[in-house]
Amino acid sequence: MRRDVLTGEYFTEGDIACAEGAIAAGCRFFAGYPITPSSELAEHMAARLPEVDGVFIQMEDELGSMAAIIGASWTGVKAMTATSGPGFSLMQENIGLAVMTETPCVIVNIMRGGPSTGQPTKSGQQDVMQTRWGSHGDYEIIALCPSSVQEMFDLTIEAFNLSETYRVPVVVLGDEIIGHLTEKLVIPNPEEIQVVERRKPLERGNYSPFSFNPEDVPPMACFGEGFRVYATGLTHDERGKPNMSPETQTKLVKYLCDKIRENTDKIVKYKEFMVDDADLAIVTYGSPVRTALSAVKKGRKEGLKIGLLKLSVLWPFPEKAVKRVSDMVDEILVLEMNYGQILREVERIAGLGRVRFFPKFGEDLHKPSEILKFISRCGK
Amino acid sequence: MAKVELLIAGFGGQGIIKAGLIIGSAASLYSGLNACQVRSYGPEARGGACKTEVIISDEEIDYPKVDEPDVLVAMSQEAYDSYVETVKENGIVIFDPDLVAPFKKPRTKRIYKVSATRIAEKLGRKIVANVVMVGALTAILKMLSPEAVKKALIKNVPRGTEELNLKAFQEGFSHGKGIVEG
Repeated sequence: MRRDVLTGEYFTEGDIACAEGAIAAGCRFFAGYPITPSSELAEHMAARLPEVDGVFIQMEDELGSMAAIIGASWTGVKAMTATSGPGFSLMQENIGLAVMTETPCVIVNIMRGGPSTGQPTKSGQQDVMQTRWGSHGDYEIIALCPSSVQEMFDLTIEAFNLSETYRVPVVVLGDEIIGHLTEKLVIPNPEEIQVVERRKPLERGNYSPFSFNPEDVPPMACFGEGFRVYATGLTHDERGKPNMSPETQTKLVKYLCDKIRENTDKIVKYKEFMVDDADLAIVTYGSPVRTALSAVKKGRKEGLKIGLLKLSVLWPFPEKAVKRVSDMVDEILVLEMNYGQILREVERIAGLGRVRFFPKFGEDLHKPSEILKFISRCGK
Repeated sequence: MAKVELLIAGFGGQGIIKAGLIIGSAASLYSGLNACQVRSYGPEARGGACKTEVIISDEEIDYPKVDEPDVLVAMSQEAYDSYVETVKENGIVIFDPDLVAPFKKPRTKRIYKVSATRIAEKLGRKIVANVVMVGALTAILKMLSPEAVKKALIKNVPRGTEELNLKAFQEGFSHGKGIVEG
């Protein structure tokens, strides 16, 4: 039996579904420093990676973990780390290095309540803007946001695929509720799983490991494969050589951003639910999607014209999807387990004044009844 | 019964979350139902308050948390005191009388005492009190077949402890059956 794709039905938690998704996507290296509520993910990888000839390393901290997966990726393997808030903060510098060196890698952040040590065992969504802007300099990153155990599996595979396609670090932005939620996971047959493998250069002659053309992310020759490759955090030309000219800096920064921006339509993922005739649309992501769905179903039974836009990709921000929905409804309600982060993005697209906000902190999700009560007060 | 919401609560270390996992697996994998489980615990490894919420339904489950349980299983005084008043009017309250003094009164009249810890001690291992409780719950709830729960139990206990756990389940089940059938 193949041990890389454990086809079957399981009653398991989000953290473990994420680990199995990674292995199914071809991840064979994990470096991490266990932290609640992502520890189960590291624990599971430690048990599973040796079964598929992979390597698990418990590092000294999260700086080292991020550095290790960048190094591993450059030896040709798919690599991942997993953490939560405080560890994610420590990873920021090296996430920038991964962006600059166009290193495919996946970072899982199972968000808990912050700032600082905050609430280790409770859920939060307070790292959304940090994911986008946490490392210094101009860059774009991809962040996926699962709201079920199945999506923890599916979107982790997607994260590896996007990471290989665009040579960019991809963040799976879960939260404690989804990480620890236990429900059914269906792992399909291996041939039903789409996996993007790393593109390799074909000929040695004119190979450039880097690029300035956002439509043409270059194939990646790894160390030891016989190509001349130099990866540096300094501003560099297409060959990877440091170059401090303003022209090179302009080209490089634009390229690193545009290779994501110009492919936004291909990257974004979202789902509309009963928005066509809605007066009010809820916009949310992650575990609050579950409450929102429940509230929409209940509200519809009571005659409320409400719908839902679920965002599965947060970065690049799905502007067109939000614009489309905001043009159809009178009001938008943003639900987040923070004090207003995606709210700002939605306001930027839909305009101030039409966007309501219902934040939530601490252990519990919004309750469906609370949302309906909040909505009944909207528009008055 | 289209949807049942359970809340199992006690101390960290009692196997509260494991009990929920067994019930959830039995429903989701061996009974053709949907199930989901949420857990809450503190930063302590043992001894802190611990609870798990399990929803079993024949429909898709969106909101995964339980605000007003149909069933409360209380394995500590704090758990009983905190949640007994949230149980629905026609709900079920099960508690271990050696761990809980039921001063607070629930809205429901369906209250069952299951001496899970004492039964487990008689089996030689106090640690299986949670599985005794799962057995009793299976008998009282009558929603899942004992076969389905036993399959889930075997899948979720450490290798080598199957026999002890099956015995604990059976003791709990018989005890629960005895209570409901008077």
